[in-house]
Amino acid sequence: MSLFSNTTVLLGKELRTEFRSRELLTTTAVFILVVLIMFSFAISPTAEESRAFGPGLLWLAILFAASLMLQPCFLREQTNDTLSSLRLAVSDPFAIFLAKLAANTFFLLLTELLMLPLFAVFYNIPVWPQLHYLLLVLFLGSLGVSTAGTALSAISAQARMRELLLPLLLLPILTPVLVVSAIVTVKLLDRDPAIEWKGIGFLAVFDIVFLTALWLFGEYLLEE
Amino acid sequence: MDGTAPKSSLAPLLLPATGLRFENIDKRYGRLFALRGVTLEISAGECVALAGRNGSGKTTLLRIASRLVRPSAGTLSFPDAAASSAVRPGYVGHTTMVYDELTAEENLALFAHLQHVEQPAARAESLLREVGLYDRRGSLVRTFSRGMRQRIAIARALLHRPSILLLDEPATGLDPLGFAWLVRSLRDLSASGCTIVMSLHGESEISSIATRAVRLDAGKVVEDSKSGASLHSILTFEAA
Repeated sequence: MSLFSNTTVLLGKELRTEFRSRELLTTTAVFILVVLIMFSFAISPTAEESRAFGPGLLWLAILFAASLMLQPCFLREQTNDTLSSLRLAVSDPFAIFLAKLAANTFFLLLTELLMLPLFAVFYNIPVWPQLHYLLLVLFLGSLGVSTAGTALSAISAQARMRELLLPLLLLPILTPVLVVSAIVTVKLLDRDPAIEWKGIGFLAVFDIVFLTALWLFGEYLLEE
Repeated sequence: MDGTAPKSSLAPLLLPATGLRFENIDKRYGRLFALRGVTLEISAGECVALAGRNGSGKTTLLRIASRLVRPSAGTLSFPDAAASSAVRPGYVGHTTMVYDELTAEENLALFAHLQHVEQPAARAESLLREVGLYDRRGSLVRTFSRGMRQRIAIARALLHRPSILLLDEPATGLDPLGFAWLVRSLRDLSASGCTIVMSLHGESEISSIATRAVRLDAGKVVEDSKSGASLHSILTFEAA
């Protein structure tokens, strides 16, 4: 009960501070937009090429946008040592992680939803017929990126070369999620759409494993 | 002084005091020892001033007492508490420990909610009045002066009515009126039986509240007024 109420309060704080500054949302939205537009002109895709390359580019854009979003996640808690006041206030430190990863997933999904119509237009891929499955893949993929990314952001925020460390740790760990997400998306957006349930299952298992690890060991990641 | 001059006392808001005991505490950061075998017993209701040069281990000791830092060896306990894990000391650190992007009221309400304080909004409002920031409750903390920030930091530490208050150089950045308010508040808190442990640099009006002084040097307790050394000599050691 305490975990749930603390998570809700902290999530409210994360959303309030972000919607007040719009720092992360603006950066990530602009970044994804630039990548999508740039590649749409660079490849000059026919419909077939778009279906083959588009989903991969979409997930690549999501990965880099996520790394931009995740970098300040714990770093800005260090400015006034607010991480310490949070640790003193909450009875279960997992609430801090849950709120941060919920906020990161929400921001990432929001950016993706804003970009999806543009992706459909620039790459000439109709996303509407498979939208519900596409949203499921985007949710599971983004949750995986946020869960692993939030944990690694907590680790890297305390390190000396923090700006370098997060992408270094993040990219290898997220490779399986991104590869599977891209494969599932390619199959979904194919002329003859198919649902890759194994891939969706893998994404769900990845999310559950990382969430459990965060719940078990998260407290140690926050220690000085 | 910025904001409204604080008037009333913070003391009646606190719970019964708890003492704390450090037993053979070591804290290492890599090869560096921040604390070496510190053994110190602080009784409930004592007001202890920690003195010592920069790097002597005062902040580390306070952070261990707040349980923000885990000791490398030794134990911390709260002898008067039914369960040590239930004791949640109030801690004021070097920084404000509140969010610049939130208003004073939002900050206090946030931490009051997290600590499951009864009637969090009312508690936040009452503390804002106590520390003289009620008129600025809707302003972002980033717009506050250093003195106002220190007052909101102290208000945050007192939200859950702690039985132990830990203060790391609490007078930093306060103007004379703010300083006078801090002295008055600490005096009231101490008189109400709250256990206070604070790190200080040199002797000032704040140190007059202290009932005991402990000097740290290179991570060890080297003088304690409880063992006969004069409180004045401990606090003025640095200046000498």
